[in-house]
Amino acid sequence: MGEFTVHRVRFFDHTPAAVRALAFHAGSERLALARADGALEVFNFNDNYFQEKVIPGQDGRTVEALCWVGQRLFAAGLNGEITEYDLENLKPRYTVEAYGGPVWTISANSQGTLLAAGCEDGTVKMFEILEKKIQFQRNLDRQKGRIVSLSWNPTGSQIAAGLMDMIRVFDAETGRATHRLLVDRGVGTSKSQEVVVWSVLFLSDHTIISGDSAGKVQIWDGHTGTLVRTHLVSKWDVLALAVSQDEDSVIAGTSEGTVIQFQFLSSTVAQQDKEWVRTRTFKNHSHDVRALVHTETAVVSGGMDTQLVVRPLLDRVEKNTMESSLRKIAFPHRSLVCCAKKAGLLLFQFPEHLELWRLGEGEGHGQAGDSLPVKRKPEKLIHLKRKGDDQICCSALSPCGGWMSYSTVSSVRLYRIQFDDNNISIIKVSKLPKSLCSVHRLGFSPDSSKLFASSSHSSVVVVALNQSECKHLSTLKPKSGSRQPVHLLVASEDGKWLATANTACEVHVYNLLTMKLHCTVPVFRSCPTAIGINPVTSNLVSVHADQQIFEFSLLQKEYTEWSRKLQKQGLHSLWLERDTPVTHVTFNPRNPDHILLHDTFMFCIIDQSLPLPEAKSPLYNQMMLRSLPEADRVRHSHAFKISKNFQHLLCVSLLEDLSLVVVERPLLDIMSQLPAPVRQKKFAT
Amino acid sequence: MVEHGDVRVVHRGGSKINFREPVISNDSSFLLCASGENVKVFSTNTEECVHDLRGHTGLVTGVRLRPSNHLQVYSCSTDGTVRLWDFTDGILIKTYVIGYPIYSIYTSANHEGVIFIVTSKSDQGSELFQLVAVQLPQSTEQLVEAREFSAVLPDVSSKPASIDFGRGGEYIASVKGQQLEVFFFKKQKSYRFFLREDNKKGGKNTFTCVVCHPKDDCIATGHEDGKIRLWRNFNQKKEYTYSTMHWHHGAVGSLRFTPEGTNLLSGGVESVLVQWRYNQESEKDFLPRLGAAITHIVVSPDGALFCTSHSDNKITLIQSCVKVSAVIQGLVKGDGVRTDLMVDPHSKAMVLNGKPGHLQFYSLQRDKLLYNLDIVQQEYIHEEGLQQFEVVKAAFTSSGDWLATVEERQQKGAELEINLKLWAFDEQTQSFVLNTTITAPHEARITAMCFCHAAGSQTTMLVSTSKDGHFKAWQLAEPAHTQDEGSSPSWSCDFVGSYHGLVPESCCFSADGSLLAVSFKEVVTVWSPSSWELLTTLSQPPGAIRHLCFGRLSCSKYLLGATANSLLCCWNLLTCSLEWSTAMDTSFLLADPLSENIAAFCDQAGSTDLFVFKPNEPRPLFSQKAVCSGRVTRAVFAPREEMLESCEESSQWLNLSQLYFLTPYMDLMTFSTKAEEENLMASSKQLVIDDSIAMTPFSLLLGKHRQQQENQDPLSFLSAERTPLPHGSVAIKELLQTPAHVLPSTSFLCSMFISSLLISVTDPREEDKHVEEEMESDKENSDEEMESGTLRPEGSVGDQSAQAADPPLTKAQIREIRRVKKLDQGWMSNILDT
Repeated sequence: MGEFTVHRVRFFDHTPAAVRALAFHAGSERLALARADGALEVFNFNDNYFQEKVIPGQDGRTVEALCWVGQRLFAAGLNGEITEYDLENLKPRYTVEAYGGPVWTISANSQGTLLAAGCEDGTVKMFEILEKKIQFQRNLDRQKGRIVSLSWNPTGSQIAAGLMDMIRVFDAETGRATHRLLVDRGVGTSKSQEVVVWSVLFLSDHTIISGDSAGKVQIWDGHTGTLVRTHLVSKWDVLALAVSQDEDSVIAGTSEGTVIQFQFLSSTVAQQDKEWVRTRTFKNHSHDVRALVHTETAVVSGGMDTQLVVRPLLDRVEKNTMESSLRKIAFPHRSLVCCAKKAGLLLFQFPEHLELWRLGEGEGHGQAGDSLPVKRKPEKLIHLKRKGDDQICCSALSPCGGWMSYSTVSSVRLYRIQFDDNNISIIKVSKLPKSLCSVHRLGFSPDSSKLFASSSHSSVVVVALNQSECKHLSTLKPKSGSRQPVHLLVASEDGKWLATANTACEVHVYNLLTMKLHCTVPVFRSCPTAIGINPVTSNLVSVHADQQIFEFSLLQKEYTEWSRKLQKQGLHSLWLERDTPVTHVTFNPRNPDHILLHDTFMFCIIDQSLPLPEAKSPLYNQMMLRSLPEADRVRHSHAFKISKNFQHLLCVSLLEDLSLVVVERPLLDIMSQLPAPVRQKKFAT
Repeated sequence: MVEHGDVRVVHRGGSKINFREPVISNDSSFLLCASGENVKVFSTNTEECVHDLRGHTGLVTGVRLRPSNHLQVYSCSTDGTVRLWDFTDGILIKTYVIGYPIYSIYTSANHEGVIFIVTSKSDQGSELFQLVAVQLPQSTEQLVEAREFSAVLPDVSSKPASIDFGRGGEYIASVKGQQLEVFFFKKQKSYRFFLREDNKKGGKNTFTCVVCHPKDDCIATGHEDGKIRLWRNFNQKKEYTYSTMHWHHGAVGSLRFTPEGTNLLSGGVESVLVQWRYNQESEKDFLPRLGAAITHIVVSPDGALFCTSHSDNKITLIQSCVKVSAVIQGLVKGDGVRTDLMVDPHSKAMVLNGKPGHLQFYSLQRDKLLYNLDIVQQEYIHEEGLQQFEVVKAAFTSSGDWLATVEERQQKGAELEINLKLWAFDEQTQSFVLNTTITAPHEARITAMCFCHAAGSQTTMLVSTSKDGHFKAWQLAEPAHTQDEGSSPSWSCDFVGSYHGLVPESCCFSADGSLLAVSFKEVVTVWSPSSWELLTTLSQPPGAIRHLCFGRLSCSKYLLGATANSLLCCWNLLTCSLEWSTAMDTSFLLADPLSENIAAFCDQAGSTDLFVFKPNEPRPLFSQKAVCSGRVTRAVFAPREEMLESCEESSQWLNLSQLYFLTPYMDLMTFSTKAEEENLMASSKQLVIDDSIAMTPFSLLLGKHRQQQENQDPLSFLSAERTPLPHGSVAIKELLQTPAHVLPSTSFLCSMFISSLLISVTDPREEDKHVEEEMESDKENSDEEMESGTLRPEGSVGDQSAQAADPPLTKAQIREIRRVKKLDQGWMSNILDT
C-alpha cells in the first residue's frame, strides 16, 4: 500500500446544525431537508441517497416547514415569510411576507393550487400558487392562539389545524371552522400548561391523527369530531407525524428520540373493520425527532442529533439487499476542507467563518503505526468572519497558499494572503470582475494563476490572478445547455484541463489553453461525487454516487482499457455496499498507477497495475496481507488497498512532500457538543 | 432375588403442582392441576383438595377441560393414555389409549371430538416432538384405543406453553427457538416467522411462550430477554408486523389473555404479575411480591379469578388482579435439600428444608404443607451471590419433644459461622419453641448429629460430630439454683471426645441408647454414653466409613456401616467381629424405626438400586434395580397411619412404614404395592359436593326442605344401618374429616349422628348387607350412593366373604378372612411359579 507520514488532523470543529424539517417529493424521489441554521439540502433517494444540492442559509431566516408543490420547493419560517427556492441557482427565488407574525407551518393541497400557512396570530392564510409566484388569497376564520400544524384533506375540501389545546377543522371553500376538537392536557404538573398540537394529519377517510406535547397520538373521526383512540406513546412531546402514501401506516416521532409506527390493521384476518394499532418502535436518535417522512419503503427521520436516518421497513423491502440496511447520514457529501499542497495549509469552511491552519511538523522516523513526536504544533493563522447576512456556500485556497476566496449566495470575496517571517497579512482584493456574482463552486489552478468559479447554467468563469489586478479571462459554457449547478470543479496539475461535474450527472472537460470545451464524458445514470485528473496520464477518474468508478482518457476521448475491464468484471460487492460516497480523488505524483480515494469510513489506494479483486476474495485484506510472508503477498494482493485506520474522514490529501493529511471529525465529538437529551429513566441505573 | 412385580415406584405426595398449568372450572369453584401421577381437584374457596383423580400410571403431563362438556376434563400422561374424568364426582369416564408418551394436550372448541397432543418421534437419535390431532372414537366402552392420528405440525417444542389456539380455533400458533409458526386449519397453510438469534444489544430473542388473543387476530409471544411481542397481520409472509413491550428484566415465564381479551397478563422471575391493557400497552398494573418466579398464569372463564403457579411449588389464586385470595402450597423444593429427610413424631409430617432459613413440615398423608418453622430468624435478602444462613442439619428425638438444628453461613473470606439451636415442643401451641442457641458449637463444619433414642431414659442426649476432629455430647441441664426459678432448663456440653485426631464422619445411637457408634475414617468407635468409655473399635480398612446404622428390635446387636470403597459391612456387637460384608457402593443407608428392615441405596452405573434387608438374614427382602437415575442421598421411612396387611413377601416390608426418597431432580418418590393402589382406587370415591349449584338463599331453603323430605326414608334406613358400628365409625370419621364448608346442615347431621349412636333392633340380613358395602369402600356414604346412583359392580371378594361369614361377623374378622384368602393365592402362585 505504500508508506506515508500522516498528519492526523482533528481540529476541524465542524458541527452540523439540527434537522428542523423534511419534505419528500415522491415523483422524483427527492428529499428536502432544512437545518436549524436555515440551510437547505436536497437528497436524491434514487441515487443512493446522494446529497445533490445545498442551499446555504441566511441570518434571520429560519425554516420551520418545507413543502413541495410539484418540482417547486417552498419554505416558511419564524421571520414571517414564505420563500420559494431556486433549485438551479441554489438560492431563494423570492420571498412573500405573510403578515401574520411568525409562520409555523405551511401545507399545500394535493392539487397543488393552494398553499396554506399557519401563523402566530391564529390565522390560516391561503395563498394561490401561480406560475411564477404565490399570491395571497384569503384568511380562514381566525383562532385564538398560534397555528402550529396544518394538514389538508387529500380531496382538498377541508383542512385541519393544530393549535394550543385544540384542533380546528376548516372548510376550505368557505373558510369557516366546522369542528373544534379539544385535546386533553397532560396529567399531574403539566395540567396547568397548555398542550401544543405539534402535528396533525388529515387522511382521506376523514380520520384526523394528532400528536401533541402531552405525548399522545390521538385518532379522531373527522366527520363527527369525536375522539376514537388515544395512544400515550411518550412522557414527553410527540413532535412529528407522517403517513405513508397508501395511508395504512403512520409514524410518530417523540422527544425521546423514538419513532413509533402505527398500522391500520383489521383485528381479525378475514374482516374489513380496521383500526390503528401501535406496532413497532424504532430508536435511532439520541435526541428529539423533529421531522419525519414516510416513504414507500422506509421511515426517514431527522432531529436534534443532526443525523438523517433512513430506516427501511423490513416488511416492504426485499431482505438482505442494499435497500434493507439502515442508513445514517451524518456528514455532508461535499468537501468543506481545502488543502494547499505546496504550502501545507488547511482551509476549513464553516457557515459563519473560515479558518486557515498551518499543519504541524513532526520529526524523526518511526515504524509503521508509530506516532512521531511533534516538533511544531499546528497553528491557526486566520479566523475570517464573513460579511453580510448570507452564509458561506463555498471556499477555496490556492495551492501556493497565497490566495483565498469564498462565496455566498450574493457575492464572492477574494483575499491575498502574504506571509513575511511570522507576520501574516490578509488583503481583500477589492476589484473583482462583475461576472463573479453568484457562484456555486470555487477553485484555483495548480499554479495559482487562475481562479475558476462555477456560475449559473453550468458555466465556469475563469479569472486571471495577478499581484495587481484580477481580470476576467473567459466564460466556459457546456454545449448541453444544462441549467443544473456545478458541484465539482477540478483543474489538472499541468494547467491544461479543467473538469466540471453538475447535478445532471454531466462531466465536461475544458481545454484551458484554448478556453474551449474539449469533450463531454458520456453521461452516467448516477451523479459523480468526486472527479480527478491524473497529472501524468491525463485520465479523468470519476467516482459516482452508486460507487462506480470510471477512467476516461482525455486524449483519446474514450474510456481507458482499465475502466472497461473494471466495468466488465464488476466491482466487489463489499465496495458497492458502502453507504457513504467517495468525496475526494487525488493521485500520487510519484506513481501514476495509484489513485487515492476516501469516503467517511475508509481510505483507499487503487493500484491500477494490480489485478482487480475477485468476487469471492476478501476486499479488506490489508491486515491479512501483513501477516503473510513476502512471497505470498503478491499472490493475494489486489488493486483495492483499503485502510480503515481513520474514521469519519472529511478530507484526505497528499502534500507535495508526499505526506498525507487526514482530517477526521469523530462522531462522538459532535455528539458531545449537542445539548443534553430529555431525561429518561433507564432500567438498573 | 425376590420378584417384585407388584411394587413400583410412584410419585405420591409432595409432587410438583406447578409442573403443568392448572385448569379452573367454568364456575370458578374448582382448580385442577397435575400432581405427579394424579390430577388434584382443589376447591378455590377453601384451598382443600376435594378429589384426587387417580388412574394414570405415569406422570400426568396435561389437564384440559373438555370444550363440549365443561364438567369433564381430559388428562394426558407419559403412560400413553388420555383419560376423561368427571371431576366433580371424581369418576374416570373413559380411557383412550394412544400408545406413545404424551407431553402435552390441547383442546379447541372448534374441533369437536378431536384432541391435539404432543408426542415424540425419534429421528436418528435426536428427539423431535410433533403435534398430532387425535380423532377420539365414539364408543361406549371404558377403554378405547384411539387409532386415527394426523400430524398437524411436524416440529414443535415439548413445552406446553409454546403452542396455543387462536381465535375460535381457526389457527394454531407454535414457537420453537427463534421461530414462530402459525397454521391455519381452513387453508391448511402455515406461515413461519423468524427472529434473529441475538439482537445487537445482547438480548436473547428466543421464544419462551405464546398465547393468542381470544377475539382478535393477535399473537403475544414472550421472550428470553423479557420482551413481549404482539404479532399482527400474520396471515401473509411479508407484511406481518409486531409491536414490542418490555417490562420484564428476566425471561417471560407465562402469558395469558383475559377471556374478553381486554388485558394481557404476564409473569416471570420477578414474581410480579403484570397486567397490560390490550391496545393501550403503556398502561399496566402490577401485583408484586408473589413470593417466587411465576411459571404459569391461568384465568377463570369469567375473568374474575387469576391463578399463578410459582417455581416454589405454589399456586396462588388472585381475585380480580388485586387480592391474593388463596395459596395452595405444595412441597417446597429449593435448589437443594441439605438436611436429611425426617419425620416429626408429633405431626407425622415429613421435615426438610423449605423456604430459605426454614424447615417445612409436610404432611404426606394429606399431601399438604402444614407449616414452616423459621429456624434462622433473620430476614432473607433476595440478592444474587449473597451468602446467607442456611439450615444444614436437623434432628428429632424419638418422642418428638426436641428438635436440634444447625445453620451455617460461609461468607467469602470470613470464618464459617455455625449455630446449633435446640427447640422444645410446646404442647399448647403445638409447635417448636427455641430453647437454646449455641453459637460456634464446633470449630468446623458439623458432619453428623443424632439424638439418643432411648425411650425410657430420663435424660436426652445429642451428639454432634464435626470436621474439627471432635464429637460433642450435649445434655439438657437444670439451671443452677443460684439463678431465679423461672428459667427453664437449657442445653450444655457434656462431653468432648476424639479419637487419634481423626475426623468423625457419622454417628449413631443404638436403639436402647446404651451405645454410641462414631466413625473416624476407617475406624468405628463404640462408646458407652453413660460413662463415656471407649468400649471397642471396629474397622474394615481400607475406605472411610460414610454411613453408620444400628439394627433394630431383634437385630439390635448388629451395626452396619457403608464405606467409601463400595463395601457394606455388618458387625456383630456381641462378638465384636464382622458378621458379613458385601460389595456395593452404598450412597445411603437407612433403618426403619418400626421394624428390623434396613434400606440401602446403591449406586450402579449412573442409576440407583434399592436393597431392603434384615441384618440377620442373608437374603434381601426386596431389591429393585434402577429405582431412579442419579444418586439418592435423601430418604426416609415414614410410619403408616394404619398398618397395611399385605401378605406378599416382597411387599411386606412396606406394611408398617413407607419409604420415601428424593431423586437428584428433587422429585419425591415412594414405593407402592398393588394392594395399596387398589385400596386407594376404591377410596377415591368420596363425598360428592355439589358446588355446581349456586348457593342462593332460595336454593338453600328449597334444598333443605327437599333433602328433609327425601331423607325421611333413607334416614331410618341409615340409622338402622349405622347402629352396629363401633366408635370411630365411618360416619363419625366422615363428620370429623370432611371440611366444614362441604358438610350438610347441622340439623341433618345431628339426627344422623345421634341415631348412629342408638342401638336399635334390626334385621340381621340388612346388617349383613351393610357390612358388605362397607368393605367395598371404606368411606362410602350411603347418602351419596342414593344420589349418584353409580354404584360399581359388587366386588367378588365381598360376595364370597358375605356368603362365607355368619351374619354377626365383625369387621376385623372379615379382614382376617380376606388376608387368609390372599395368602392362599400367593402361596398358590408361588407353587405355580416354582
